[in-house]
Parts: sequence; C-alpha cells; structure tokens
Amino acid sequence: MAPGGWAPFLSGDCASARPEEGTTVTESESIKRTLPWRIVAAVIVACLLAVGGWVFAQDKPAAPAAPAAPAAAPAPPPKPDPGGTATGGIADVTAKEAGKPTLAEVADFAGHNRVSINLMWTLLTGFLVMFMQAGFALAETGFTRAKNVAHTMMMNFMVYAIGMTGYWIMGFALQMGGASPLATLGNTGVLDGEFTISLFGKDFGLWGTKGFFLAGSTYDVGVFALFLFQMVFMDTAATIPTGAMAERWKFSSFVIYGFFISMITYPLFANWVWGGGWLSQLGKNFGLGHGYVDFAGSSVVHMVGGVTALAGAMMLGPRIGKFNKDGTPNPIPGHNLPMAALGCFILAFGWFGFNPGSTLAGGDLRIAVIAVNTMLASASGAIFAMFYMWAKYGKPDPSMMINGMLAGLVAITAPCAFVSSFWAFVIGAFAGVLVCWSVFFIERTMKVDDPVGAISVHGTCGAWGVLSLGIFADGTYGDGFNGVPSTVKGILYGDPSQLVAQIIGPLVNFCFIFGASWAFFKIYDIAFGMRVSPEVELEGLDVPEMGAHGYPEVHGPATLVHAMGTSAVKPPAMSMAPGRSR
Amino acid sequence: MKKIEAIIKPFKLDDVKEALTGAGIIGMTVTEVRGFGRQKGHTEMYRGGEYTVDFLPKMKVEVVVADGLVDKVVALITVAAKTGSIGDGKVFVEPLEEAVRIRTGERGDNAV
Repeated sequence: MAPGGWAPFLSGDCASARPEEGTTVTESESIKRTLPWRIVAAVIVACLLAVGGWVFAQDKPAAPAAPAAPAAAPAPPPKPDPGGTATGGIADVTAKEAGKPTLAEVADFAGHNRVSINLMWTLLTGFLVMFMQAGFALAETGFTRAKNVAHTMMMNFMVYAIGMTGYWIMGFALQMGGASPLATLGNTGVLDGEFTISLFGKDFGLWGTKGFFLAGSTYDVGVFALFLFQMVFMDTAATIPTGAMAERWKFSSFVIYGFFISMITYPLFANWVWGGGWLSQLGKNFGLGHGYVDFAGSSVVHMVGGVTALAGAMMLGPRIGKFNKDGTPNPIPGHNLPMAALGCFILAFGWFGFNPGSTLAGGDLRIAVIAVNTMLASASGAIFAMFYMWAKYGKPDPSMMINGMLAGLVAITAPCAFVSSFWAFVIGAFAGVLVCWSVFFIERTMKVDDPVGAISVHGTCGAWGVLSLGIFADGTYGDGFNGVPSTVKGILYGDPSQLVAQIIGPLVNFCFIFGASWAFFKIYDIAFGMRVSPEVELEGLDVPEMGAHGYPEVHGPATLVHAMGTSAVKPPAMSMAPGRSR
Repeated sequence: MKKIEAIIKPFKLDDVKEALTGAGIIGMTVTEVRGFGRQKGHTEMYRGGEYTVDFLPKMKVEVVVADGLVDKVVALITVAAKTGSIGDGKVFVEPLEEAVRIRTGERGDNAV
C-alpha cells in the first residue's frame, strides 16, 4: 500500500469515502444536490449582466452639463474607432515634441518599423516551422507499427530538445558565425568571424567562429531572431533520419546522433550555402551564376536529412521480415494512416513558414509568390503521386499520396522564390512521380529499408529541387543574391552557369554528408552498437527501450491489471456510463 | 441444453443480434476472432507492395439455449448472417452439461 496521504486515493481503502457499493443515487437526489449550485450560478450570471449594463451605460455621452466657466474649454471626450481608419498617425511617431516629429525622427522611425516587420516575420514563420516537428512526429509514427510508437514518437520529440541544445552550444556559431551583415534584421555586424582557406587565389569560407552559446557580442536581437529561425530549420533536418531508421535504432545511439548532426554536419553544410561559405561564393569567385542557390533549404535542410537517413538506414540494415531470402521486399504497413495524413497536413501548413519565412523579411513582398508556389507544388506532388500509383498498381495508395505531397513541398523549397507558378506546379508534379520511383529503387534495387520514405522524399526530391532552380529560375527575383548583381536565371532563361552551380551543390552535399554520417555511424556501431537485439525488435521497442507501451490498452497489461484487482486506479463507484440504446 | 457457436462476418453482428433478441433469445456472448476457411485470406496493397492477410477478422457469437430452441436459433442465425458470398461463416452446435446463474444459483435450463 502506498505510504502517506495518497494512500486512500491509490488503494481500495477509499470505498468508505464513497457511497456504498451497490447503492444507487437516484436522479431526484442528484437534482437536489445540484440545485443550489444552479441557483448560485444563475445569481452570479445575473450580477455580471447587471454590472455590464451599468458599465455600458457609462459609455453614453454624458448629458451636457451646465455651462461652466468659459475660460477652460473641456477637452473633447475620447472617441472610439470601431472602423480602424483613424487609429495610428503622426502622434504615434516617437518624437521629442509629441505630434511634431522632425524628418530625422520620421526616418528613424521608418527604419525601426522596417526592421520590426522583418523581425516579426522571421520569428512568426520560425514558430510555424517549429510546429513542423509535430508534423514529422505524426507522419513518422503513423507509418510505423503500433509496437514501436513510443520509441518513434519520442525520437521525434527529443530531437527538438537535443538538437536545440547542440545548436546553441556550437552549431549556430559554425553555421552563421560569419554571416553578417544581416541586411533585413538591422544590419547587425556582430557575426563577423568566418574561417577561410585560400586556394587558387580565392577564399573558401569553411565555418563560422562567432556565436558559441549566443554569448558575448552576439547577445543581439537580430542574431537571436536569426538563431530561432535557423534552429527550427536545423531541427527539421535532424528529425528526418528518425523516420528512415525507425523501429530498430537504439535510443541511446539516437541521442548521440542528435548532438552530432546539430553541432557538426548540418551547420557545416549550411555555412557553405547560407553562412557566406564557399558554395555561396561560387558565383563571385568562379562566375557560376549566383553561386549555389538554395532559397529555403531543399538541400541544406532536406537533402542533409535524407542523405543522413540513407547512411543510417544502410548501417542499421533492414527490419526483420522486410526482405525475403531472395531479396524481394515485404510491405510492413504503418499502424495509423490518419495520423500520418494529419502529420503531412501539419507539415504543409508549417511550410508556409519554411519558404516565405526564408526571406527573413516581411517587407519583401515576394513572399506572396513564394507562398503560392509552395502550395501549388504540394498539390501537384500529391496529385501526380496519386495518378502514378493508381495507374501502376490499381489503387491510389494513401501513403504514397502523403509522400507525394511532401515530395512536392521539398522540391519547391529551393526554387520557390525564383520560379513562376507554372514551373512550380511542374516541379511539384515531377517530384510526385520521382518520389514513387525513388521509393521503389531504394527498396527493390538498393535493398535499403526506409519505413517512411524519408530518403526518397527528402534526399531525392531535395536534389531535384535545387536542380530545378538551375533550370526554371525566370529572372524576376534575386538581384544581388550572394553578392552577384542581376537576377537569378536558370538554363531556360539564359544562364547555364547557374545550373552548373546547382549540380555542384548536391554533389558536395552527398559526398560530405554521406561520408561524415557514415563514418560517425560506423564508429558508433563498432564502439557501442546502433541496433537493438532481434528479440527487442520482434517484441517491439517500446518497453525494452523506453520502459512504456505507446498504447497500453492494446499491447500492454493495463486492462488485465485492472481485472486482476491490482490496479491502483479504481473506477468511480457510482458508474454513470450512458446506457447503450439502439 | 445446447451451445450454438456461430462464426459470422463482423458487419452481420447487428443483424444476428436483432434476429435473436426479436425471437426472445436473451443473452449471448460475442468475441472478435480471426480465421479462415475456404475463403482463405485476401491481399492488400501498401506502398506498391502486395501482401496476404491469412486470418480475416470474424465475430464469434455464442448462445446457450434449451434443446427445443436449437433448430429455431440456428435457422435465425443462418438467415440473418447470410450474404451469399464466400466467407459468410459457419454455425456449430454442441451439447452442454450444465449452466449456473451466479446471482441466484439456478441451474440447467432455468439458468440460461
């Protein structure tokens, strides 16, 4: 019996505190009991209404008072502005003399306002991207089996906390430490440390050196806003491999991996593309278009996640029962399609932060084009995956439609700011078919087991996204991008060199990320082991790895424990279960 | 006393229940079961791959009745659970030695 004051609640001794077993509380008795409370509630509501009426009555203009002394004309009573047209004006501009700002004061205010809008936009879209963690958690857990849900869900859950910590310690510094000035976030120049090496007389930026722990001179609002935004992007990449490696990965190994990707591999590649590193300088240094352009992270975020997932899934090997002796694959259906579809929808919603937010500027009105391109590509991705599966296998496979929508979104992430709506739709449509091909290639040809299709959705379609930018960018946006004058054009609009840069990017991504991740996983596997034992895998990872069932009512002993009378929690003595009428 | 055990399609449970209660048969026990007969399993698709489901979900309805009611109950179940397609299920009848109503201690036909 539990000691202390909780004992009566936890054990069966509380029976005396309740009506005797078997006695029934009649309806009239219960009405008598609740009646005084109803009266009290009615009185309270009546009082509130009366007070409200009195307050409103005070709002009426007071009757004209008797003419007072003519010297002091009374100030006009404050007027409400229900239409909203009169609110905000010259009086709201901060000035030494209220209502009479100088030109310099107006200019100051306009500049502050611009940065305010940009900073608000960056934070708000960052919050949306943070919510994508929920989308990943649901999609990946829905695509895996019920015996592993606690494990799969908690990997997606903890990667947020682990990744953030690693990124704060050193990831952000490596990635953005040399990224200044932050043009849209107040031109703050504190992120000014980039480690570079000189080759062929050109500088190659490799990693940043400012901003460890966000301490020292990086204690700055612009930097903090950038940190939040970049952190949630990193977490998106970090959570992708948990899907491909689900149902067989040791949780302890996953924890170490969380620090590895957030502190080393992701920040380095992101620095090369977004932090002023060498890939972004390919245009300035070697005349390759605008350098490697990845607007919102088809490669920086998604391909990094997808390629890491490939290395991890290859290292772990397939789940027991995935492949037959002759190498043919068996389907292992996920346990909850509605959960996966909901996750996909949350991801699609979060993408409105992912892509439009990557302007880091609410005042950059291209965000309208970016948002529309993003949603169009998600639609065409889902539609073309649906038709492809329908035509090839006779049914519109639900899980591949979900993958198709995500594939469209991943692909449009890099080119979203640079293409017209027509090409956005085409890019998404091709991604929808490509993801089906890729899933089958990885499963049937490479014999790699990817329970959720993460490698195909994020890796393959991420690479397609950056390539498509080099083809379809139409030259309406991106003047001065990566320090190169004129707008960004793909090969169809007259700049083949941009496509060259777009080919170099994913090649570098694959070689570096795959190599580094493979080495990390291999060393860890030899030292500590990455995969759970076959017994654990067959039983399900929930209890052996996490200590708890995800669904105790289905797989666990919860219902039996209760029937055996050893349950600590007793049902209420007075059962009010509604009668089942039919 | 006989125990009648019917394995039926899950969506036919309501029809069978209504038929039996309508005829004054009070009380039955149902269990979700899985199995196959001549129907064998069926195939489903997931991510472009086909897989066979051998054990299909069925409902097992158990009714205990006095000997004189057996034919009537079996007929009711057979009619109510029938769709005419493969996989409709089976009805088994077995003799029962004893029944006890726990609350009153009644035995035999009085207890069912």
